[in-house]
Amino acid sequence: MTRPTPETLAHSARRARAAAGAVTDAQTTRAAGPAAPAVAAPAPAQVSGAGSLVRSLEALGVDVVFGIPGGAILPAYDPLYDSTVRHILVRHEQGAGHAATGYAQATGRVGVCMATSGPGATNLVTPIADAYMDSVPVVAITGQVARPAIGTDAFQEADIQGITLPITKHNFLVQDADEIPRVLAEAFHLASTGRPGPVLVDIPKDVLQAPTTFTWPPTLDLPGYRPTLHPHGKQIREAARLMTTARRPVLYVGGGVLKAGATEGLRKLAELTGIPVVTTLMALGAFPDSHPQHLGMPGMHGTVAAVYGLQKADLIVALGARFDDRVTGRLDSFAPDAAVVHADIDPAEIGKNRHADVPIVGDARHVIDELIAAVTAERSAGRAADLGDWWNQLDDLRKRYPLGYEEPADGTLSPQYVIQRLGEIVGPDAIYVAGVGQHQMWASQFISYEKPHTWLNSGGAGTMGYAVPAAMGAKVGRPDTVVWAIDGDGCFQMTNQELATCALEGIPVKIAVINNGNLGMVRQWQTLFYGERYSNTDLGTHKHRIPDFVKLAEALGCVGLRCENAADVDKTIAAAMEINDAPVVIDFVVGKDAMVWPMVAAGTSNDEIMFARGVRPAFDEDEL
Amino acid sequence: MTMHTLSVLVENKPGVLARVSGLFSRRGFNIDSLAVGETENPDVSRITIVVNAESSPLEQVTKQLNKLVNVLKIVELDPQVSVARELLLVKVRADRSARSQVLDTVNLFRARVVDVAPDTLTIEATGTPDKLDALLRDLEPFGIKEMVQSGLVAIGRGSRSITAGPALRAA
Repeated sequence: MTRPTPETLAHSARRARAAAGAVTDAQTTRAAGPAAPAVAAPAPAQVSGAGSLVRSLEALGVDVVFGIPGGAILPAYDPLYDSTVRHILVRHEQGAGHAATGYAQATGRVGVCMATSGPGATNLVTPIADAYMDSVPVVAITGQVARPAIGTDAFQEADIQGITLPITKHNFLVQDADEIPRVLAEAFHLASTGRPGPVLVDIPKDVLQAPTTFTWPPTLDLPGYRPTLHPHGKQIREAARLMTTARRPVLYVGGGVLKAGATEGLRKLAELTGIPVVTTLMALGAFPDSHPQHLGMPGMHGTVAAVYGLQKADLIVALGARFDDRVTGRLDSFAPDAAVVHADIDPAEIGKNRHADVPIVGDARHVIDELIAAVTAERSAGRAADLGDWWNQLDDLRKRYPLGYEEPADGTLSPQYVIQRLGEIVGPDAIYVAGVGQHQMWASQFISYEKPHTWLNSGGAGTMGYAVPAAMGAKVGRPDTVVWAIDGDGCFQMTNQELATCALEGIPVKIAVINNGNLGMVRQWQTLFYGERYSNTDLGTHKHRIPDFVKLAEALGCVGLRCENAADVDKTIAAAMEINDAPVVIDFVVGKDAMVWPMVAAGTSNDEIMFARGVRPAFDEDEL
Repeated sequence: MTMHTLSVLVENKPGVLARVSGLFSRRGFNIDSLAVGETENPDVSRITIVVNAESSPLEQVTKQLNKLVNVLKIVELDPQVSVARELLLVKVRADRSARSQVLDTVNLFRARVVDVAPDTLTIEATGTPDKLDALLRDLEPFGIKEMVQSGLVAIGRGSRSITAGPALRAA
């Protein structure tokens, strides 16, 4: 039996102590430190399985659970009634899942959601898949029909363990009430260590009702789980050698750097080497947008400088990134001349999409710290490449092809302007949570992210409806931070019912609905690739004002505001910032024809990047 | 494409086979043969998987398998230094006129007759996939009424044991 109990306790103690303020690197460290003074171990007690579950959550330092009760999970809600754990009653289980995700992304701690069997559990499938794609530490607890009824197509029975097999880091079906503390501790350990991810714990109703003894701490039994945190020294030295000799290097930074709490180190490494930095959609905030070495976001809607920087690089140093298709474009023509150093905590990511010349398995924080030491050694031995030419080329691109937009010719309100002003007025201390689509890309482009954990979105899965519940979870996790959801009118109509939860539970999030009356990103593709045949993308929110988002907000217990022209943007945002005792929704009625640029069309090479419609950057071989 | 034989040591828990086989189909791999059984340690099961793949996608699937929490260890067995066997049970038409010829074939392949009926013989054979293919080819002309084959099981030659790791003792 392995016994990583001190580590588990260190995690829970950290959670218990964690302040509600900004997340620091120290709070998100995943490496096992020395055992912190643990929460006093609760005394063994005779309880039901449900009591054991709730006491385990308490012992793990859980402060909030998002969920909805139902038949099979009902026993758990009885001890929860008296618990120190806050339960937030959501309106749809999908909301519970995304709220747990938003909580986890904003705080670095494990987010917890709870649902009953059958449809309750299957409603968690989308947020679980979403958390899996973005490696978010979430624990989902579901009720299951009683053990004798399993496999009989009983009322509200669903094989949620089977259903979530491909979308969880691991999952459990608890067969014995005595196992509950150990399984919960294992679930939290798995969710939060190594490459984080969602873990589901399915508990049959009769197990919740069975008498058991609660003892803490349990002994973890995970003999097959040994994440590699510390990188191999030889690989680090090889990477450092390449980093000091390459002439066109780029640091390609992914979400792993945020998860490892390695942002301070990243800045040191970047400044030490002078290497240009690109941050992926999942890594915005890991490196200040305002930093002169930041080229912006790479990929389908990345900056010209970031896309070409990677494309023309002779060395790509990937840190906690996974060469996703939205970043690489057509893989066989991606960065043809680049040697690749690929560091990731998940060995399966290395070489999955792109061959790694120097593979490094390890936690980004350790990798970066060791790279700093190794690069320092290389430099003191006199090895350093002159990056002057490279920077001249990149600076020239940044100057000629900055992010920008044109005011709509029809005089409608420009969505990019709204988002840009929002970022400028609200500032870099707030958390911004986006849905999926055009508004998400504009929010990634036109708001300046200066600090880690200030940008939350659904990256890998691209889940419309993520923003409102994720913003709710983020606000619960960091109540002293202003949380803005930037949502589209399509996304907003998928999950806005959680605003009722926010209104009743005192969670004053702010929602900017970028309402262009359409499924905007799909419409953009129809404009560009389907001959402007707008099949089923008009939502009628402009034409018929159905729904009326101001009235909808008010019906849900929120303050509803509307803004339809540029002159009112600032004062409407200011009015929303004044309201701190209720959720606020602003219906920004914007033009429907604005498009996201630059763009690398799906399936094409990054060489084919379009700066604007019909405009390819002048960028031929002799310039580089 | 070449055949690879993977020995996957897993925790002996419910649902582990589904996790392993599901991963193969999800990542687009075809399993050619699969055999599962307990090891000398009742907490550990051994899954022998034969898969047809190029070496780099195989590395990816091996890494993905290693990520499964219940997977303890994966070893690819080199056919040069391992012993691999399958079990075959086959029911062959063998009336009085053909019976002696069928029995000759059985003896030639060191197979055994395990059941006799008036017009059929049921034959048991173990061996490498090649040997069993050859046996089947020879029995084909008599008429094969039914057959069943196990997955391949394999073990490395020599005194070294793949089950002697710290993780496995812990399990």
